[in-house]
Amino acid sequence: MSPAPQPLPPRPPHSRALPALGLALLALVGASFWSLSLRWADFLGPQALGQMGHFLAGFFPPETSGPFLRKTGWAALETLAMSLIGTGLAAAVGLLLALPASLSGGALATLLHAAARAVLNLLRSVPELVWASLLLVSAGLGPLPGTLALALHTTGVLGRLLAEALENVPPEPAQVLRSRGAGVVPVFLFATLPQVSAQWLAYSLYRWENNIRAAAVLGVVGAGGLGQMLSFHLGLFQMREACTVLLAMIGLVALVDALSAWLRRGA
Amino acid sequence: MSAALVASAVAARDPALQRRWLALLAAAVVLWPLLVLAEFQPWTLFDARSLRVTGRFLAQFVPPRHDAEFLALLACETWRTVAIATAGMALAGLIALPLALAMTERLSVSAVGGRMARGPAWLRQAVRACTVVLRSVPELVWALVFVRVVGLGPTAGVLAIAIAYGGMLAKVWAEILESADAAPAQALLGHGAGRLQTGLYAALPASAHELASYTVYRWECAIRSSVVLGFVGAGGLGQQLDNAAKLFAGGEVSAILLVFMALVALSDRVSAWIRRGLA
Amino acid sequence: MSLSAPVVVELGGLQVAPMPGAAPVLKGLDLRLTAGEQVAVIGASGAGKTTLLLALAGMLRPSAGRLALFGQEPWTLGTAARQRQRARALLAPQVPPLPPRQRVVTAVLAARLPQMSLWASLRTLWTPRVADAERVQRALVALDLPDKLWLRVDRLSGGERQRVGLARLLVADVDLWLVDEPLSALDPARAELVMRQLTETARAEGRTLVCSLHQVEVARRCFARTVALREGRVVYDGPSSGLDDARLQALYGGALFASPATPVAESLPAAAPLPQAMCR
Repeated sequence: MSPAPQPLPPRPPHSRALPALGLALLALVGASFWSLSLRWADFLGPQALGQMGHFLAGFFPPETSGPFLRKTGWAALETLAMSLIGTGLAAAVGLLLALPASLSGGALATLLHAAARAVLNLLRSVPELVWASLLLVSAGLGPLPGTLALALHTTGVLGRLLAEALENVPPEPAQVLRSRGAGVVPVFLFATLPQVSAQWLAYSLYRWENNIRAAAVLGVVGAGGLGQMLSFHLGLFQMREACTVLLAMIGLVALVDALSAWLRRGA
Repeated sequence: MSAALVASAVAARDPALQRRWLALLAAAVVLWPLLVLAEFQPWTLFDARSLRVTGRFLAQFVPPRHDAEFLALLACETWRTVAIATAGMALAGLIALPLALAMTERLSVSAVGGRMARGPAWLRQAVRACTVVLRSVPELVWALVFVRVVGLGPTAGVLAIAIAYGGMLAKVWAEILESADAAPAQALLGHGAGRLQTGLYAALPASAHELASYTVYRWECAIRSSVVLGFVGAGGLGQQLDNAAKLFAGGEVSAILLVFMALVALSDRVSAWIRRGLA
Repeated sequence: MSLSAPVVVELGGLQVAPMPGAAPVLKGLDLRLTAGEQVAVIGASGAGKTTLLLALAGMLRPSAGRLALFGQEPWTLGTAARQRQRARALLAPQVPPLPPRQRVVTAVLAARLPQMSLWASLRTLWTPRVADAERVQRALVALDLPDKLWLRVDRLSGGERQRVGLARLLVADVDLWLVDEPLSALDPARAELVMRQLTETARAEGRTLVCSLHQVEVARRCFARTVALREGRVVYDGPSSGLDDARLQALYGGALFASPATPVAESLPAAAPLPQAMCR
């Protein structure tokens, strides 16, 4: 028993925007794959998979001899130091730059605001690795360019976050102090800064988590730490040593993540 | 208020003082070895030899190299950078979708009206642990490893982005799915619909906009990652920059940096436009 | 009530808690339904109406007692068998569980997913088959939503969404209909229409219907049998005609006519008197 056909209401005209966007994205993805001429056979063919399996098996067991573990330990400490000093410097300089970047009112203030924002944007858009490769020119190999690269990039990130936080701070505490005749610096220290200090600490700790990962890889361009060791041993196809360094990286990242979460919760 | 009370309050110790001294001491004790470990000697940047090299390098920055041949090369490499990022994100999405659907509690049949059974809970934890491993290894490290396997070139970059971002997308997609209302999925699972069907009809439609928005934002990050991956041989702008810096070719470096910043700004704009259009 | 009709629902001393580890809301419930019966469930808020419906849908595990659906105890079955059994019932919750940005036709067709192959369900996401669209439209017309087929769920009012949720019942081919407070967002005229559609269609297709209601008047007029719950136990189970006001007063002491249960998104009208000519 099939019921009589039911007339359906007319379909509403649907917007053309969404399907057009979808097609454009598909076209972009298709063009990307096509233009790259990826060598699928190189990693999907049976020979390639067998090779990869053999390659991965070469990682285990990780190298655990005493001297090598000591070397890895020192490199881990170096990476940790890089991330801490880089983030610490960035927190301080970022705050300094956030001050002009949050000014408003008057021609001079607007000029300073724009200039500070431009500097922060510049620092922020260039990735740490690019900064590091540029600093290698001046500073040579070693952890110094890595630390400075982290500091430069993170200054841009933290400076911008802090500038936005400062702009959103309620002005009443500062106004009250200023109306009593206090100078600019004391007003800032006693009224404005305490309101953003919690955020400042939280943002800095969060960036530290990101920076330990960045510090680990900066060594790849020669900036010291675990990254330099990894690049070195992989280059010599010393897989077991590379595995140890990788495990140290993962462990260090987990440690810093835990520390940062603990400090942010309030120690 | 009696003067004696005031005097005794002032004479009592500031409760925070002792803690602050201890924190300061700890920081000082830790700071010195840190500075030594990191070989933090920024004054070396300003010694005679270093200044000479830096000065020469910076002097070449202006004007940036702009002959037609070089600019054509840069345009080609810029497209390659974007292509690596896009292809990597496409593969990352393919990896992340089954992982996210497997991890999310939304599609748990045993959790309908009760606590999830132990077996499925363990399975979800295992998938979660997998994605943590994929996420914690930086993509640069993945790229280093893949370059050893498949050789230099864009394949290593695409694979590195696919794996690292796949783990990242899987975790955030699962979180987005779980932040949406559970009622539609529960109703369908409770009616006996299959897991995949429920995902398509209830879980994904409820979160589609947020999922797409986050993915577009990550694509923008992938473009920056793609530049960084060039430093280990994956091609694109990063590789050009690495070569130019090693040759101390200041003019080329400044040209590439300008192109890079324009690319970042453009992708930022495009991504904001797409996310607005999705709303 | 035919004695030869198969038993669809059998509950014995059923205790059900809303969450595992919480105190049981249903504290020893006995109930027996045969195929084709239509039963109204009444009770104050918190008496356990929704919990009972969830248990009947196989979605809540009892903490004690016996629960048998279609002759089988769902919680002794394996997962796959239990999913198959769940496909034979459909629960329409008080707040319709519809994804906001989905179209009405897709949201309603989701009720047929257990019968659809994966390919058919994928195809329906793209565009529904004509036969399926017509099926949904018939259900929507019956519930006075003639031009909502292609609209997005979040463009509808609260009452319209509630009716779309009920349209799922008319479209799914299930033997047991479980309806939770279908009238909470509807005005009196629409409420009459909805109750008539539900009861007549269930009767014509031989479905077993269990409907929880806050409006005792509706229960009396539209259902032959009423089950009254109080604090998780059955205090009356028999013909609706036996539930006169005196009986209700004795059972609930006035506590039944308290404020309405949790409303659907829009504000509710107070329990208005329903027209006489309803549910013939």
